[in-house]
Amino acid sequence: MASLESMPEPLGVSPPSSAASLPATAATSRHSALVRVTHWISTLCFFALLVSGVEILISHPRFYWGETGNVLTTPLFKLPIPASRNLVPTGYGYVLPDQNGWSRYLHFQAAWLVVLTGLLYILSAFFSGHLRKNLLPRKAHLSWRVFAAAIADHLRFKRPSAAEAWSYNVLQRLAYLFVIFVLFPLIIWTGLAMSPAFVSAVPATVTLLGGQQSARTIHFFVTIALVLFLLVHIVMIFLAGFASRMRAMITGRAAAPADLEHP
Amino acid sequence: MNPLSRRRLITSGLAAAAGVAGLGVAARLAQKYGLVPPDHRGLYGLGETLTYASQRLLTRHSLAREFSRSQISKPPLANEMAPPNAAFKRLQAGGFADWRLSVNGMVERPASFSLAQLQSYPSRSQITQLACEEGWSYIAEWIGVPLSHVLGVVGVHPQARYVVYYSIEPDWWESIDMADALHPQTFLAYGMNGGELPVGNGGPLRLRLPRQLGYKSVKFITQLTVTDSLKGFGKGLGSASPEAGYAWYAGI
Repeated sequence: MASLESMPEPLGVSPPSSAASLPATAATSRHSALVRVTHWISTLCFFALLVSGVEILISHPRFYWGETGNVLTTPLFKLPIPASRNLVPTGYGYVLPDQNGWSRYLHFQAAWLVVLTGLLYILSAFFSGHLRKNLLPRKAHLSWRVFAAAIADHLRFKRPSAAEAWSYNVLQRLAYLFVIFVLFPLIIWTGLAMSPAFVSAVPATVTLLGGQQSARTIHFFVTIALVLFLLVHIVMIFLAGFASRMRAMITGRAAAPADLEHP
Repeated sequence: MNPLSRRRLITSGLAAAAGVAGLGVAARLAQKYGLVPPDHRGLYGLGETLTYASQRLLTRHSLAREFSRSQISKPPLANEMAPPNAAFKRLQAGGFADWRLSVNGMVERPASFSLAQLQSYPSRSQITQLACEEGWSYIAEWIGVPLSHVLGVVGVHPQARYVVYYSIEPDWWESIDMADALHPQTFLAYGMNGGELPVGNGGPLRLRLPRQLGYKSVKFITQLTVTDSLKGFGKGLGSASPEAGYAWYAGI
């Protein structure tokens, strides 16, 4: 029932001043149109990349380290799943249908779309102030007390405060920054490192990673990290109120902070 | 919601018109500079064109990485394949003495080469990686004659844009643009790791294209056709791969 003004200070993220000055019942823009459009294009691309990536992976569900790897070399690890090629010994008595053709076409098309969308998002984030206002941790965040409190809130599955529904808390900011500036660049880099033509022009792409098979293995682990992020992201949306969060990301409108206390 | 103002309508209209015009100019330039792959139509055509065009611009003269002798994969992997057909077995029984590579199309002097003739040309070797689209790879030393040398012998017409190459196995054919055909690492390979090229690895004659994935390095080559258009070949998609759902360009 706490109003914005009575938010306990260390936990709260100060709400955007524009939001604070709005009448409590007014609906107002939570996410800019560019953020919403790029978010949903990226969502679509992510699922296309995930499905097609899994299809490509099952043609050879073995992972290696270094330059080369094949059925005659010892794998770093294998996935206990059947394969879509009978070259691979899996222990299963059957071979799955080959889906690599369309999967590869779709994988690279979705990659182009998500990379171009991501560039648009990053450029606009830099120039519109989205990065500074919403993603970089605020001064108030840079204390262990705030950080520990945010972690404790998450561990208790505490519903976000009204203020947090208007801005991102410190853990959210760090998670988004990690995805945008570490995982996305890594997945693009390791993907390019598997391209024989690209690495002929820029050999460091693959040599810095220790080889083409290392790049493939890292690509796989970064995918796992991105899927984990997605799962947490979805759980947090449900905890924060699925309908209001979806409405905010689709229409841009969100009920004003006071309403969020009675969802 | 903001009402759609006149200013907004005009600016979006202008932006859309500029976008369409820009795309039209881009398509024309791409066509002119050979940046459009033969399988550019359909659902995935845009992504495929972006990949081919950008990699062609970036990699026209770049060399595939070469490795040291100690990095050669031991034992060499021979990918699974269907049992060879009767024509192949007959030639194999004769020690491939009658194996021929015919070269035709847009060339000054159509010719047919025996393996011995190909081996009499300056021999080159490269230690490069063969990477399969499935995810596995191996490194081997490939010995052969650069395709550019053979194309020089027959004399390619200046308007030639692609080289189509055929396996002795039916329905196994691919094509590459002239940037790849004349590339110094594109070989007609007849040797591997210091010896003959084993049948399992494509012997007696295989095209080696280290800047693209393994499926472009077709085994058991018997024919090359030089052309300025891929329209008349198969379904006009460039090679057998797009007809089976795989991309024509496999640099990625």
